[in-house]
Amino acid sequence: MKNIVATDRLCFSFNGTEILKDITFALKRGEFLGIVGPNGSGKTTLIKLLLGLMAPTRGSIALFGRNIGDFHEWSRIGYLPQRITGLNPHFPATVEEIVALGLIAGKPFPRRRSRTDRKPVEEAMDLMDIKVIRNKLIGELSGGQQQRALIAKALVASPELIILDEPTTAIDPETRERFFTTLKDVNRKRGATIIMITHDVGTIGQHASLMLYLDKKVVFYGGFDEFCMSKEMTDYFGEHSQHLICHRHENVISNIEGLHGPG
Amino acid sequence: MEISEFFHHGFIQRALIAGCFIAALCSVLGTFLVLRRLSLIGDGLAHVTFGGVAVGLLFQACPFYVAVPIVMASALGILKLTDRARLYGDAAIGIVSSLGIAGGVLIASVAGGFNVDLFSYLFGNILAISAAEVWTSVVLCLCLIMAITLFYHELVAISFDEESARASGIKTGRINRVLVLLTALTVVLAMKVVGIMLVSSLLIIPSVTALQFSRGFRATIVISCLTGMISVIAGIIISFMLDLPSGATIVFLNFLIFITTFTSVRLLRKTPAPGT
Repeated sequence: MKNIVATDRLCFSFNGTEILKDITFALKRGEFLGIVGPNGSGKTTLIKLLLGLMAPTRGSIALFGRNIGDFHEWSRIGYLPQRITGLNPHFPATVEEIVALGLIAGKPFPRRRSRTDRKPVEEAMDLMDIKVIRNKLIGELSGGQQQRALIAKALVASPELIILDEPTTAIDPETRERFFTTLKDVNRKRGATIIMITHDVGTIGQHASLMLYLDKKVVFYGGFDEFCMSKEMTDYFGEHSQHLICHRHENVISNIEGLHGPG
Repeated sequence: MEISEFFHHGFIQRALIAGCFIAALCSVLGTFLVLRRLSLIGDGLAHVTFGGVAVGLLFQACPFYVAVPIVMASALGILKLTDRARLYGDAAIGIVSSLGIAGGVLIASVAGGFNVDLFSYLFGNILAISAAEVWTSVVLCLCLIMAITLFYHELVAISFDEESARASGIKTGRINRVLVLLTALTVVLAMKVVGIMLVSSLLIIPSVTALQFSRGFRATIVISCLTGMISVIAGIIISFMLDLPSGATIVFLNFLIFITTFTSVRLLRKTPAPGT
């Protein structure tokens, strides 16, 4: 099966400081990658490289089988940035207008909106439960409501690859649950590939099929079960974190208990 | 004078037609500039226009046509300084703006003899606009509004979040160049209405007035256009009736509309709705 994303010995330096070193990983259709790591470990930089927002110092990136330099089908990718800091509270676009912006990537110049755009916009707003605030200005909403609108914008074009940078930081537990259920649906039923940066390892553990633990270089890359039992995870999250984080996998827990012994 | 008689004057008709088109253009463009926190680029480019007009007068050429390429090149210069030299946008605008003024003053001082002409460009006089200038303004305004319409969604996307816009494949560098070039042309066009010194007011004030209403993006642009056009029409009438400078009158009316809107909106928001 063709790789959706593949990086090969990817390096990035800024002002002589090495931010990322020799990052190699590949994702196939329908895989769900959780990226974790301490602050300043290069998680957001990696995502920006994957989106072509920054150029790597060395190494290569391929999207949907094509070198990133030759890749132009950006509508196949949905992106949710880390919270838009400095969002102008007077920005005059309504929630509906913002969600619809997610559709313009796939349109040829002059990117006119059409009647057929209405359906996906309605569905995306429905999904994130923001129909009631559709006519409100984005800048006047609470942080959580803004985040829901931005998630809807990222999902509206039914992208094949979804890249999310800490998507659930500002939203309430109920909406977070609904968001993950939706994401799981998109991942399993539509086969969308997902890359998500998060600090919420407990939640990502319930959904991700692969984990990438980054600290300027790849510290761990592999399946979630393997990640749960790895030394790297214990080092990073603490000795007893497995019980909390790996609660979805009975076998992993029993393995861990087997390793640590009773009591 | 009867109001119907007032509108029969050819120079009034020319002023109203050109003024309305330029006001609408400034208001649409100004909305994007204000939201992108580039309001002062209008002011900076207006200062460069001063230098361009001085060059035109020096070579006894039409100042408008001489100023256009100079101001457009300066607009691209501001972008380059921001991108390549990693200067803050306002610092880049400051550098180019002061260079424009300094160039104009130097040329005026060395050449001498056209200070009076230069003064008329500084403060504008729309009532003295010629038929040819009206046609040029109308055609250019229509072209510029068409360009804004073509790039509308890209402009909204980069005004909201430039990084996400880039990630969705929008060539933000190209859109930024389009935006500053449109601004450069608009500033040169608008100098006849309010003059070089006051041109940024046509770009900024109608837009910030419209933003007070907290409606959607399209509604904001429509309100901004209406505000700009009303202030130009009323400004032309009042300045003619009371023998006041037209440019300054238009700016004061714009400010009056802004402050009235600002106060009313805040008072209305504080007043609880009936039955609550």
